[in-house]
Amino acid sequence: MPMVTLTIDGKEVQVEQGTTVLEAAKKVNINIPTLCYLKDINVVGACRICVVEVKGARTLQAACVTPAAENMVVLTNTPAVRASRRMTLELILSNHPFECPTCVRNKNCELQSLAEAFGIREVRYSGANPVHVMDDSSVSIIRDPDKCILCRRCASVCEKVQTVSAIGPQGRGFDTVIAPGVDMVLAESNCVNCGQCVLVCPTGAIYERDQTEEVWAALADPQKHVVVQTAPSVRVAIGEMFGMEPGSVATGQMVAAIRKLGFDKVFDTDFAADLTIMEEGSELLERINNGGILPQITSCSPGWVKFIEHFYPTLLPHVSTCKSPQQMFGALAKTFYAEKAGVDPADIFSVSIMPCTAKKFEAQRPEMNASGYQDVDVALTTRELGRMLKQAGIDFNELPEENYDDPLGVSTGAAVIFGATGGVMEAALRTVYEIVTGNTLASVDFVDVRGMEGVKEATVKVGDLDVKVAVAHGLGNARKLLDALQAGEANYHFIEIMCCPGGCIGGGGQPIPTNYEIRQKRIDGIYTADEAMVLRKSHENPAIQQLYKEYLEKPLGHKSHQLLHTKYTSRGQSNQL
Amino acid sequence: MHYYRAHVLVCAGSVCVTSGCRAVKEAILEGITRHQLEEEIKVVETGCMGFCELGPLVVVYPEGVMYCRVKVEDAAVIVNEHLLKGRIVKHLLYQDPNTRKTVTLMKDLPFLSKQTKVAMRNAGLINPEDIEEYIAGEGYLALAKVLSSMSPEEVIIEMKKSGLRGRGGAGFLTGLKWEFTAKARGTQKYVVCNGDEGVPGVFMDRSILEGDPHSVIEAMAIAGYAVGADQGYIYVRAEYPLAVEKLRHAINQACEFGLLGENILGTGFNFEVNIRVGAGAFVCGEETALLASIEGRRGEPRPRPPFPANEGLWGKPTLINNVETLSSVPPIILKGGAWYASMGTEKSKGTKVFALTGKVNNTGLIEVPMGIPLKEIIFDIGGGILNNKKLKAVLAGGPVGGFIPAEHLNVSMDYESLAALGTLIGSGSLTVIDEDTCVVDLVKFFVEFCHEESCGKCTPCRIGTKRMLEILERITRGEGKDGDIEALEVLCDYIKNTALCGLGQSAPNPVLSMLRYFRPELEAHVRDKHCPASVCAFLFDSPCQNTAEGGVR
Repeated sequence: MPMVTLTIDGKEVQVEQGTTVLEAAKKVNINIPTLCYLKDINVVGACRICVVEVKGARTLQAACVTPAAENMVVLTNTPAVRASRRMTLELILSNHPFECPTCVRNKNCELQSLAEAFGIREVRYSGANPVHVMDDSSVSIIRDPDKCILCRRCASVCEKVQTVSAIGPQGRGFDTVIAPGVDMVLAESNCVNCGQCVLVCPTGAIYERDQTEEVWAALADPQKHVVVQTAPSVRVAIGEMFGMEPGSVATGQMVAAIRKLGFDKVFDTDFAADLTIMEEGSELLERINNGGILPQITSCSPGWVKFIEHFYPTLLPHVSTCKSPQQMFGALAKTFYAEKAGVDPADIFSVSIMPCTAKKFEAQRPEMNASGYQDVDVALTTRELGRMLKQAGIDFNELPEENYDDPLGVSTGAAVIFGATGGVMEAALRTVYEIVTGNTLASVDFVDVRGMEGVKEATVKVGDLDVKVAVAHGLGNARKLLDALQAGEANYHFIEIMCCPGGCIGGGGQPIPTNYEIRQKRIDGIYTADEAMVLRKSHENPAIQQLYKEYLEKPLGHKSHQLLHTKYTSRGQSNQL
Repeated sequence: MHYYRAHVLVCAGSVCVTSGCRAVKEAILEGITRHQLEEEIKVVETGCMGFCELGPLVVVYPEGVMYCRVKVEDAAVIVNEHLLKGRIVKHLLYQDPNTRKTVTLMKDLPFLSKQTKVAMRNAGLINPEDIEEYIAGEGYLALAKVLSSMSPEEVIIEMKKSGLRGRGGAGFLTGLKWEFTAKARGTQKYVVCNGDEGVPGVFMDRSILEGDPHSVIEAMAIAGYAVGADQGYIYVRAEYPLAVEKLRHAINQACEFGLLGENILGTGFNFEVNIRVGAGAFVCGEETALLASIEGRRGEPRPRPPFPANEGLWGKPTLINNVETLSSVPPIILKGGAWYASMGTEKSKGTKVFALTGKVNNTGLIEVPMGIPLKEIIFDIGGGILNNKKLKAVLAGGPVGGFIPAEHLNVSMDYESLAALGTLIGSGSLTVIDEDTCVVDLVKFFVEFCHEESCGKCTPCRIGTKRMLEILERITRGEGKDGDIEALEVLCDYIKNTALCGLGQSAPNPVLSMLRYFRPELEAHVRDKHCPASVCAFLFDSPCQNTAEGGVR
């Protein structure tokens, strides 16, 4: 790549051609403020907060979209630049409700931070604000367009990363609003509830549906037996809500903290993840041995499931019939566990802590009632759990570690890696290999399927068979695999798809910020947690073995089909619950 | 070939169509049939003749007698008197409002004096639906010339020599733009014609597309040859259905004649033209927004670079020229760049079409050499101010332009001189305002226009123009307060320097121009709660104080 040399605030800097002034400035330790910019995803120069002076240019230039050029002279901190940035902030604020203390993003808002940094004490301009109706139609995500600053990050993520394009700018000029369509609400759209929009929103214009009050009410109800499950990726992210480094494995503190909230039992979704491997692995073997439809595609990720229901309904027979771990857990909690604990399932209130906004939708799918009740009553996000812990005044960081309750709290390392892209695949391979060959794996680490590359492929020799697998994360990458599949160019046996970039550790319910670096650190945390486990293969989970012995009999057996498997809905462009 | 004794030209530009020219034409044809003159007299529907206010217009050749405001019942009179008996129908002739003299021949119209038609050379003279009429006037000769005897480089050299600058508003050198696109790397390239004319009161592009569509098509093919493109798109707003219809017809005819399509004139050059109809957003005239719209995306500007010459339509090198620019190309090729450059000033060459509107006697489209003094446009061509009122200013450039106050009436109409006055040639809008016009009210109207037409992408334009409008609204309601003028100044400066695209950056121009030339009038509104022109309804006692003699209140 050819290099260019430019001067930024008097300092010479050499960068690759095509580098923006914004990126070049970082090299001389200058962080130009941004609002709309999202590296590689939303590079539109819309908000104008990042303007700089470029010698010879007629106007101020937006650093995020201005390519560095040879001999360019850039000034990032002049009276004109500061005045312009202040005015941009003041104008945005003149069009923004002053509701900071009651806003979901209070103290974690990029607009608020900039206003603070610029010392905005008054807004010189005032006038009409567009008044939009809050969209609370979706069970997962709420849109509050009045707080939207039209940075377009949400729309770009939805379009470019997820290739869903459920939301985008509607209307024009001052009346522009980011919405699913003219006069359309989210629940009617093809939104898959992934919540990537929530993660990138700089303000509080789009956020998760808060269900903490429902959980508080259940906890306060003496009639209710409240159980909770925590998803694999929550343990490596929840600490961030309490100032821990991203990727810190905080399983023990989290269990202790949740127990302090008053839950009757603290269980682990990882238990159900091990169970999923038993069912899904068996399903794969059955498909391979009996000429079933291949490749089989994973079904753990509810955003992904809704995506294929909307966009590739003809490929639904490829999707494993296994419920996601959340829903397997839910079905067992009100049957197997209720029986075992001698609790009336009608009194059980089942909560899940998920990295995911789509899990809220999944929990409410009408078919998710195998126990005779709604299997999971409330799915909370990591962020909602964080808020509950803060409300309860729990000193998270200093808590002595505690363990999950038996038996639905016993799990293996294979389950915890469900939280990262490639993890379900790796867990399945660990089990399928040993069940088919009867041999013990020399190394349980299938590193080819790990990491942030969009689409990963591997071939694993299992007995006589070369098992060909592929892994995609982020729906844009999933689409590539599905297109190849439709074109007859995907000769895989098994495909893992996770809706969110990086897998569940980058889910729409995770702490904000969630960016590329933080995703990477959480993935590292996931594999650290895996390595720390004594058991690292699902079929070795003694609680699972016990479950089959006592209750389910065998994978894909009658009870399994009743409780642990599901079917899908072919959806059009508009939503049908 | 059949020779006719007389030709009756009926203007069928959009304005004349609206005022009923089709019925007039039918009535004339009926009269001709009644008198069995079909073999002697031919009736031709032409494009816009330019004096829309006088329509429906009928011109009888060979004399060139022009009849104005012709009604259906007048048709029989024209047939019976003029066509049958050779007697001119005096009461339908044009009467100069100042001198009360009637003008018989179209060429003697004061409106046409001092005009030089290049871009508009055919509009109003030929039947736009008949390619043979275009060919008869040297049409497609320039295309034949470049394909048979010029290299693409030579075409670009000729264009650069002409000094032609983009007539859409920005005034960038056309030859240079062609050169950039020609030099851009890529095998697939495009030529796009920008027909998204959006400035209120400006309609030269519509007029050319309706009246002389082949001139644009020919120019696109020439441009395609010069830059190495085989595919062209004409982007026309949906509000111009007639233009779309004429273009469609013209493209089909050109294809039939082998002047578009594969192996044009047997030279091996291929060029095809498609029409894209826009939904009429002002911002789609901005080239990157226009490209987005053609691609089927939301019509919004994007930052440049990359410029369309390098990364345009679907990421391929794309040449974008507006209608008026393109229609000037064939004569430049035929007569040479030096000929075109011999007109105009040192840096502003050739001719420019202006849409003359407002408080002036003759409104319509005029084409004049660059550098003509404004005074000649207003008084010689325009026939002076309506009702002998006093000229206050001329607003050039429409809602993104600025004022030329009466004291600068001698300004040379070229890019540089207008820029020095804080205004611009723009797309060629000239709005004459007299003493009864309130500058603050007018500026508010323009700011409202820019605010309404903002795409909403960048903060300065989306929120800035709104706040600017709100301040002006308050001022014209009599609720102006100390600091408002300063707040406007700061805001204007900010928007001009910070907005994403040219339209946003130009939105404050009328306000800045008002601050420069009419600050006392603005101050009177803010401080004295008084509208000197008696326009702002909250700010004067009686509407007759200015209109009645003696300022009666």
